[in-house]
Amino acid sequence: MTRRTTSVSLLLCLVVIVAYRVHAQVGSDRLLNAAKEPRNWLIYSGNYFSNRHSLLSQITPANAKNLELKWMYQAAVAGNWQTSPLVVDGIMYLTQRPNDVVALDAKTGRVFWIYRHRLAPTQIVCCGANNRGLAILGDTLFMGTLDAHLIAIDARSGRPLWDTQVADSKAGYSLTLAPLAVKDKVIVGVGGGEYGIRGFVAAFEARTGKEAWRFSTIPGPGEAGFETWAPCPPKTETFCDSDAWKHGGGSIWVTGSFDPALDLTYWGVGNAGPDWNADQRPGDNLYTDSVVALDADTGRLKWHYQFTPHDRYDYDSVQIPVLADLTWNGAPLKAMLWANRNGNFYVLDRATGKFLLGRPFVKVNWMSTFDGRGRPIQTPQPAGMPTWPGNQGGTNWYSPSYSPHTGFFYVPAWENYATIFGGTPVQYQEGRNFGGGANRPYVAVPGAPSPGLRRGPINNWTEAAATGAVLALDAKTGELKWKFEMTDVTDSGILTTASDLLFTGGGEGYFQALDARTGALLWKASLGAQIVNGPITYEVDGKQYVATISGLSLCAFALRE
Amino acid sequence: MPRSRRGKRPVLSAVLGLSCICGTFVAAQDYTPADIAYGSRLYAAQCATCHGASGDSVGGVDLRSGKFRNATTDQDLMSVIMNGVTGTGMQAFRFDAAELAGIIAYLRSMNTFDAGSMRVGDAGRGRVLFEGKGACTRCHRVGAQGARVAPDLSDIGAIRSAGSLQRSLIDPNSQMMPINRPVRAVTRDGNVINGRRLNEDTYTVQLMDDQERLVSLAKADLRDYTILQTSLMPSYKDTLGADDLADLVAYLLSLKGR
Repeated sequence: MTRRTTSVSLLLCLVVIVAYRVHAQVGSDRLLNAAKEPRNWLIYSGNYFSNRHSLLSQITPANAKNLELKWMYQAAVAGNWQTSPLVVDGIMYLTQRPNDVVALDAKTGRVFWIYRHRLAPTQIVCCGANNRGLAILGDTLFMGTLDAHLIAIDARSGRPLWDTQVADSKAGYSLTLAPLAVKDKVIVGVGGGEYGIRGFVAAFEARTGKEAWRFSTIPGPGEAGFETWAPCPPKTETFCDSDAWKHGGGSIWVTGSFDPALDLTYWGVGNAGPDWNADQRPGDNLYTDSVVALDADTGRLKWHYQFTPHDRYDYDSVQIPVLADLTWNGAPLKAMLWANRNGNFYVLDRATGKFLLGRPFVKVNWMSTFDGRGRPIQTPQPAGMPTWPGNQGGTNWYSPSYSPHTGFFYVPAWENYATIFGGTPVQYQEGRNFGGGANRPYVAVPGAPSPGLRRGPINNWTEAAATGAVLALDAKTGELKWKFEMTDVTDSGILTTASDLLFTGGGEGYFQALDARTGALLWKASLGAQIVNGPITYEVDGKQYVATISGLSLCAFALRE
Repeated sequence: MPRSRRGKRPVLSAVLGLSCICGTFVAAQDYTPADIAYGSRLYAAQCATCHGASGDSVGGVDLRSGKFRNATTDQDLMSVIMNGVTGTGMQAFRFDAAELAGIIAYLRSMNTFDAGSMRVGDAGRGRVLFEGKGACTRCHRVGAQGARVAPDLSDIGAIRSAGSLQRSLIDPNSQMMPINRPVRAVTRDGNVINGRRLNEDTYTVQLMDDQERLVSLAKADLRDYTILQTSLMPSYKDTLGADDLADLVAYLLSLKGR
């Protein structure tokens, strides 16, 4: 080999290495600055602050009427498709039922590869084969599975790199959330709140899959918070169990957030077990229905705030922790914004967990007010009387959005919605439902069929049961600034952009663009089936796209040429 | 598979039986006389062979006790009846919603049930009433007969309980499904459209108008749109006697759509 050919070879190698890095590597630095490269969507909620807000501005309130469908991708397995895709340098990565990963061209929707995880025979999930998405770090994608594994997948080849069992699926554990990659770790939590699990958040080394730390959302003996699982002598008739904490729930099924400056990662914790028969678990039942702030390197608890102590209503606090830097009483505040399933909008100090504001955004009668420390004064309704909000909550896991430009916090809400709650004793048995509920919809016609939540194209629920809305709340006060009303309820997330656009779907299958300042409808497309995911936006070759999922169809829209 | 002492027929008792332990029944339900009566007939036909007329023909089992070994709530009872229990004589039964509601109501009421006080209607007489004196086909349709203005009743006996059907005849407003509410729309050019709602979303409404036409309207094109809370169906409380009502309910329960 001559010196010249050697030099050319070295140069080629360098070019290949550079191209490789440009093409696919998503280092932790890129994740830290995800909001600054809005052409990509690198994290479940767009960035570590989880505001599902993009700086892209090609699509505006003035030209949104020119949006048109550019491509569709069809999945094969029916059921709620809740995933929120990632987009990295023109390539879209997403999950589809039951636990597939798909890589496709974000400009055309054409598929590069599909990875299919072979599930164990035992998957115990309450609500279908849901998966909400992926994390990416370096060249590796990470997916949680219904049989409670965490899998690393090569983003180029779609081949698995490692597979770690996170928990025992036979005991009702599952992973349905999109993982969160922080520094050199991948953080997940476990679902299974209806099966008497003992929930946890855990971090795994991204390179090896080895567990780095674990935080139990139900404290054990000797740990702070254990005293909130009050002693309850075993009684056969009520299944009161002195070891209730062992199957106390506290699932984690939506993705958390991360504040690099505080080095804290935040996670919303689900309901206590059993869901509705709270008599079996006296006490506040920490850390169920709480947000926990964990040291990102060790998983140690820095602070917590419990939204619904001793929950009787299945008011999971599995909402996205939205982080925002606000001015509060004239001083800078590192805030956390939270519209909770229990019907209240909260502002917390995310450095300390201090309660700063709590205000209902829908009708609430399970509590009257807050005490000075932010603890709700609970007002359980008499037996047979309705409780607002109902079992699915004023909102739920659907992504909200916060626009630093408008200062509004946008919530997908269920209004006029109540449930007649009732608890019934239930015995814990591994892998069996541990709900303990005897609930009734408030508006049921006695003896007639009760409309289900998962229905087809006919809205048999109607306004008599509940209606949907997008609520724009002033992030500093919780005051309603505008409301966009929908006839049907909505499980759709919300996306906002720097050009003051808001995108959202709903149960009716419409995908809508609203003016984020006023709530005015600017554009809509009827996609034919329920939208239950959080929309995203990205840019390829200078064109901004907005993508959502309706039924089995992933749809990408952009402006007409 | 264990058999009952009476042979090979499915045994409800194997699972529901053994009164004891499981905690108290959460009462909260109202079981109507019509449901209980319907359930008693189904029980006699489907369950009594093994369990006996009084529910205690299987050793150690007393269905009248109101306590069940593997069921606490009505939902539990339904699950046991519909799924059966592996390894016992209790096989899975196939009942529609109305039948299940009746059987549950009867099981919960066996202790106080008085057959003599129950009016068990005659479906044949009910049909004559439905098509004649009751004038039900003026609005409702069964199979290929009757109007389409009100909901089609061809399978109403599979989806509504006996109690619900009886209440529908006496107090129609209380039993009207919200989706079926009458609507009144006025277009921008003043055209008035009355009909029964079939579907609705934020931007449109679909209905059966009073001329039996399928109509879809864009709300943006309407000057006025009203959803009425009151059913257009009259109450038969004062126009039909108790025997007639029982016959009508029996007929409606026979409409299984199959």
